[in-house]
Order: sequence, then C-alpha cells, then structure tokens
Amino acid sequence: MTPETFETPNLMLALPEIWMLGMACLILVVDLFSSDRDHTLAYWLSQATLLGAIVITVQTQWGLDVTTFTENYVADSAGVVLKVAVLLLTFLAFAYSREYLRERGMLRGEFYLLTLFATLGMLVTISAHSLLVLYLGVELMSLSLYALVAMRRNSPAASEAAMKYFVLGALASGMLLYGMSMLYGATGTLEITAIAEAAAEESRLLLVFGLVFTVVGVAFKFGAVPFHMWVPDVYQGAPTVVTLFIATASKVAAVGLFIRLLSEALGPLHGEWQHMVLLLAVASLLVGNTVALVQSNIKRMLAYSTFNHIGFIFLGFLVGTPEAYGAAMFYAVTYAFTVAAAFGVIMLLSRQGFEAENLDDFKGLNERSPLFALVMLILMVSLTGIPGTVGFYAKWLVLKSVVEAGFIWLAVVAVIGAVVGAFYYLRVVRLCYFEKPEGEGPQPVGSGGFQTVLAVNGLAVLLLGIFPGALVAVCMAAFG
Amino acid sequence: MIEKLLFYVFAAILIFAATMVITARNPVHAALFLVLAFFNSAVLWVIAGAEFLGIVLVLVYVGAVMVLFLFVVMMLDINLAKLREGFIRHLYIGLPIAAVIVVQMILVVSSGAMAPAEMPEATMPIPDPAETGNTTVIGGVLYTVYVYPFELAAVILLVAIIASIMLTLRRREGVKHQDIGEQVNVRKEDRLRMARSFGGSGDGRNDNKYPGR
Repeated sequence: MTPETFETPNLMLALPEIWMLGMACLILVVDLFSSDRDHTLAYWLSQATLLGAIVITVQTQWGLDVTTFTENYVADSAGVVLKVAVLLLTFLAFAYSREYLRERGMLRGEFYLLTLFATLGMLVTISAHSLLVLYLGVELMSLSLYALVAMRRNSPAASEAAMKYFVLGALASGMLLYGMSMLYGATGTLEITAIAEAAAEESRLLLVFGLVFTVVGVAFKFGAVPFHMWVPDVYQGAPTVVTLFIATASKVAAVGLFIRLLSEALGPLHGEWQHMVLLLAVASLLVGNTVALVQSNIKRMLAYSTFNHIGFIFLGFLVGTPEAYGAAMFYAVTYAFTVAAAFGVIMLLSRQGFEAENLDDFKGLNERSPLFALVMLILMVSLTGIPGTVGFYAKWLVLKSVVEAGFIWLAVVAVIGAVVGAFYYLRVVRLCYFEKPEGEGPQPVGSGGFQTVLAVNGLAVLLLGIFPGALVAVCMAAFG
Repeated sequence: MIEKLLFYVFAAILIFAATMVITARNPVHAALFLVLAFFNSAVLWVIAGAEFLGIVLVLVYVGAVMVLFLFVVMMLDINLAKLREGFIRHLYIGLPIAAVIVVQMILVVSSGAMAPAEMPEATMPIPDPAETGNTTVIGGVLYTVYVYPFELAAVILLVAIIASIMLTLRRREGVKHQDIGEQVNVRKEDRLRMARSFGGSGDGRNDNKYPGR
C-alpha cells in the first residue's frame, strides 16, 4: 500500500469510535467549565454517550464484514457483540460509581474521562485489523486503567496496586510488541488477513517465535496463570468501581484481542498455540480454585475465582471451531455481567470509611435486605454453574465443544474445578442466609436509582439463565 | 565493508551501554548510559537508511525525555541500597530462567530463521535511498495509509495529559497564590483606610486602636 493507491477511508464504518472520541472530548471541555461538584452533567453525558454508541454500533456494524482506513479497521458481527457488552458494562460501572466515589472524595470529572478513553481503547482493540492498531488500542486501554487504579492517591494500597499493574503491564506490552515485531519480520506485513495468508503458506520458525511472545502478552491482559500476579493486588487495592471495570469490561476486550490476534491473524498456527493455551487453561483452573478457597476478602476471592473462569474461556479458544469461539464469547459476556452485579452489591454495602470487602460483612444479609441477598444468591449460584442459571449454560456450551474436539480429560478437570468452586461461592450464600452478623453489620446504602439498576442487573442474570437462547444465538451468529 | 564495521562497533557500544544502565550503582550514571544507548541506536538506524527516525530519536529522547529524566533522578533522593535488597535473593531463580530463555532464543536465531534470505518481501516497498529520502516516504504514508494509528497515538497522548494532571494536581487550603483578575479589579476602598491624625479636625472619630495615646 502506497500513497498513490490510497483511498479515502469510509468514516461512517468507524462511527462508534469516532462518536466516543468526539463525545469524550466534549465532556472534557464541558466538565472543565462546570462548577458542579457532583459532575452531574458529565455523568449524564457519559451515560448518553455509551447508550448512543450501543445504538450506533448495532445499527452500522451488525452483519457486515468490511475493512476501512486502509485495512486498519474492521467492522464485523463478532466485534458488535463484544463492543455492545463493553459499552453496557461501562454503563453499569458508571451507574454504580457515583455515590461510592462521592463518599470517598474521588468523584472527579477525570474518572468519567479516563473510563471513557479506556472504553474507546477497548472498542479500538476489538475492531483492530492490523497489529499496530491492536497494540495502540491495548495501550490506550491499559494506560487509562493504570491511572484509574492510582486514582485514590492517599491510599498506599492503591498506589502499590497501580505500580504493580503499571510495571508488569509495561513488561507484558513489551512482550506483545516484541512478538508483533517478529510476526512483522516473518510476514512482511502488519495487516491481519495478510499475516494469516503468509502464515498458512509455510510454517516458519520465526512465526512461532513471535507467537510465543504474543501469547504471553495476551495471557497477561487476561490475567491467566502464570501471568496472574498482578490480579489479586489490583482487585483489592483499586477503588471497587475500578475493580469492577477491570474485572468485566477489560476481560471482554481481551477476548477481542485474542480473537483478532491468535484466531484471525495466527489461525493457521492453531496447532502450535493450542498447547500453550491448554497449559494456561489447566494452570488457571487449578490455581484459581485452590487459592480462592482460603480467601477471607471477597474482592480477592473474586480475583482468584476469575482464573477459574478464564480457564473456561481458554478451553473454548483452544478448540478453535466457530462454535467454540461463540461459546467462549458467551461465557465471557455472561461472566462479566454476573461479576459486575457482585461488585455492585459490595459497593452497595460499603459506606464512607468502610469497605464491605470481607466475607464476614455478608453475614445475615437476608435480614437486612432480602432483595439484595436474593441478588447475591442468584449471582453466586450462577458463578458456580448450577443447572438453570446462565453460568451453567456457559459452562455447558464450552464443555460441549471441548468434548466434541476430543479433550475429554480436560472437560473432567474443568468440572472438578467447578465443583471445588461451588464451595467458596456457596459459602457466600450460606453467610447471607444462615449466619448472624457480629453487631449491626453493614446496611445497604445507595439511592433508589443505584438499587434499581443493581436489581435489574441481578434479574437480568436470572432471566438469561431461564432464556439463554437469544444471546447464545447472537454469539453463534457472530462467528457463523 | 566499512558499513559492517561501523554496525558492529556501534552495536557493541549499544549493548555495553544497555548493560551499564541496569548495573550502574549511581542512578545519574544509569541515565547517562541510557543516553549513550539511545545515541548508538540512532546511529544504527541511520546506517539502516532510516535517517529521519535516527534524528527524531536523538531530538526527542536524548534532547527532551532524558533531560527531564535526569532532572527527576537528581531531585528525588532514591535509596539504592533498599532497591537492591532483593537482587541477590531472587538471582538464583531469575538467572536460570533468563539463561534458558537466552539459550532458546540463540537456538532459534542460529537455525537460520532470521537469515536475510528467509525474509519476505516488504508489503510497503522500500524506495532507493538515492532517489527519495526516508523523510519523504514517511511523510507520504503517515497521514494517508496510517492516519488511523496516527490519530490513536494522539488520543494516547491526550490520556497521558489527563492522567498526569489528575495524579499530580492537588488543591490545598491556605496556599498563597496570585489572582490577577482580582488584582486588576481591586478598588481603592478595598485596600486603603483613611485614618485621621491625632491633631485632626477633632470631630471625635478615631480609628486608632488605642485612643488617647
């Protein structure tokens, strides 16, 4: 591609990203001149931006498979599913965040801006069609997240978490970039379909060499074992709303990164990376479950149990069929919405100077708030994967494709992991319903709006469990 | 021939400087070695025909970034002994792992996978340096073919500005600062108070705190 053959890009195709960037810049200026200490205008503008972006994404990109910006940007159905999930999760994070941040003196316009820019980075990653754009999208997302983790300046735990996240994240970015430079050296191009064509022709050592480093980089962004050291500290140290955002939206974006980089660009090398992803999946299943058993802090428990779910997502990836990718995507999206609600309940019970982050804080929740005890019950049962919940359908779809591909022992390992997981998830339910709190126990605080959104989120998890068909069909159609 | 010789000389200095960056005891020396490393890689780029990138590396990194870096290093009092505490303790794990990775990489490189003949044709044709310079070529594609990545890089810089201001700007109470608008708008009545002298008109008004003294 040279300037002589350059075609003017079709900007309409990239409208969701352009809309997000334009609105983020508008909110930056509006918030600068507003003297409102609650940043109400910035909040409503951000929410309107996210909802608008969802509409634009579905309207302009569903059912397409075209590239623009000289093959740097791709609009396709798989991207639409992931983007809508990311945008909805950001919407939830904002809806849960206001009172939490206001009580802790962290309600600043920059929170909305950095989160919006991180979301933009996720959209860019999901729609990337060249290694360069993929890297820039990941960096845009990560840099915003590092700053968000460090937002609580006075807290040593938050600063430590941010430093760990930043240093290890920079190392992982370096790995990713090094791998990408090897892929470029081996194929002579940055564009994803061209790399896939070059990789299909002959399997060269240099490509595999680059592949190893890219797998490391991607595994870090997922937080898969053994590249997981940052996850528990970041989950615990960051403000809960930022933890929610990292635990949900960035995982969905990481699915996009995996699909673009390993499935589309390096799909012909599936035989090579299957073993690497298999090792990561098994290690994640084992470490996640065993360490989560002994946690007394619920944020750390959710962090370690994340590895278990990442193991499941990786199981779907390593099979490599369209159905398996659809199953992995369904798993990631439903898991993200379930965990978002779980962090929402933690924020609901937290108040100024107090974080309801110990498991003991959930003792006797049923007596204080039957509604949110029920929400917690739905969430924990769904995360366990008991039949009738959305978590069960997600696990079942992944395991089905794993068994069809002939990895029966892997399915057995995964099921044993899920059974072990039942112990620590159902322990939370037991605390909520059958234990007496010491003293008063934290009361649910928060405005009606927050409580409504949270209840709707919990109800949506329940409804998805009863009627999973539509979302499954959408995820499968995205790869069909 | 002379090009090859130059390459090896500068590459050797580059590796030496990079090693010194992480082993130097004094952080200022480490920063200066980093400058040397940047300078040598710039020379390598010029030898490879990328003169624009070489000059930009010297201008931006050596000229601007590293000077700031040196300022920060000199202003902060970094306790190096504390930083190095875990170094020896973790060496026995780190060293074997690093050795394994290096051996693996040497095996890959020595297998001939990176030989010049193995390299594919570049999709972006490299023009003859004698005809068009590197700068012209980059200028031709930067705002056309690569306009999307270029804009994204700009957004990343915007995020860096927002994040650094958010993390460093703090409003403290009781800080004396100049408000030029207020200074300009001030009226005589705000600052001046007319006090009558003792031998004044004697109308009884006296602003003095100690009347009768």
